[in-house]
Amino acid sequence: MNGAPDTSFTFTVNGESRTARCAPLARLLDVLREDLRLTGSKEGCGEGECGACTVLVDGVAVNSCLVPVCQVDGAAVATVEGPGLEAVREAFLAEGGAQCGICTPGMIVMTKAWMDECERAGRAPTAEGARKALAGNLCRCTGYGKIIASAVAAARGESR
Amino acid sequence: MSPAATVSSPRTLAGALDALVGATEATLILAGGTDLMVEFQTGRTRPGHVVDVWRVDELRGIRAEPAGLRIGALTTCTELRASALAQEHADILVIAADEVGAEQIQARATIGGNLGTASPAADLTPVLFALEAEVRLVSKAGARSLPVTEFLTGYRKTARRPEELIESILVPTRAPGERRGFRKVGTRRAQSISKVVVAVAVTALDGVIRTLRASAGSVAERTILLPSLERELAGKAPDAAALDRAARRAATADCAPIDDVRSTARYRREVLRRILRTLLAELLLDET
Repeated sequence: MNGAPDTSFTFTVNGESRTARCAPLARLLDVLREDLRLTGSKEGCGEGECGACTVLVDGVAVNSCLVPVCQVDGAAVATVEGPGLEAVREAFLAEGGAQCGICTPGMIVMTKAWMDECERAGRAPTAEGARKALAGNLCRCTGYGKIIASAVAAARGESR
Repeated sequence: MSPAATVSSPRTLAGALDALVGATEATLILAGGTDLMVEFQTGRTRPGHVVDVWRVDELRGIRAEPAGLRIGALTTCTELRASALAQEHADILVIAADEVGAEQIQARATIGGNLGTASPAADLTPVLFALEAEVRLVSKAGARSLPVTEFLTGYRKTARRPEELIESILVPTRAPGERRGFRKVGTRRAQSISKVVVAVAVTALDGVIRTLRASAGSVAERTILLPSLERELAGKAPDAAALDRAARRAATADCAPIDDVRSTARYRREVLRRILRTLLAELLLDET
């Protein structure tokens, strides 16, 4: 399909200023993966059902398959590749929170959003809280037990 | 693939209304994108011109007015969940917002978009019907308000004119003693599209029902009212059998469900009947 004339959009990704020339309604997911070559964020369903493409926009977790790039112009985007997620990634490794790996980037980013929210609200991170926060992230390997354990371990700053 | 569209992204309400001058049926208004981005990606909707209003902050916010609670069209489900004002004045709207999608969706899905998309499965719209909300539309030519029940005219069709923008929604002040209930049934607890969704608001005095407004989604081509309930029960002090009869009547006469990918017509009628009976018993007979 021929898009509208490409436009320049500038925003930060993982703290670095980036510019993409693309159609205004291009999906943030595609811009990240194809224009900026950050392939950590995955496309599972493309309909906002699975959460594999979850990124943070100005600190808020969103499905990047549903966000047009014109709506992040000037915003701060954080992906699974970014700084500040080392502890979460380590916890998922240590606790066996990944199987086939497609859902894992979304799980990690959403876990980070949940940890930040717990900290803001002064709430202790619990398994129940992690389950609710990760309700929009589907794992087709059904490895939820270890995913929740990974999230809780990350939030408590521990890994076995 | 990006759809072939021209896009304007105004930052002010005046700019948005300017961008809508000369709009046609093919002009689409984009808010949080949770519905339209899927429409674009699948090719079900091919946009000509898109007015992206996501950055129009004047359309955000929740405030108390003498007539009730004024909710900006761009208010997200996350913002509704976090609002003490919404909790106080529109409790079941907060409950419904908490059951829309999951957190990633709630952060982007807006009340104006939920209404404007006019999906029969919308979760917030039955609440707005039951609470007799009004929608305020604005354009360069002026503003008008109409009941949400008149705003929805059919399957994904509304009374909005192409040059108009949904500016806000007014939830009227709660009637004294009004009790409310909400239920959504989907395939799983989070992140599912409704098979049946119901909202009820009822006032009673000494056990006698004064007013009863009930609304349901996913059981007709659009969100509907269930008038049989008030007709059967107003002025009465119903017992369990009377509630059962009224619920059965509403699930038979008031709706027109279909078989589709999510459920069957028969299942939807049966679940609607049971939800209504349970909700009414909770609200009127203090059964929990």
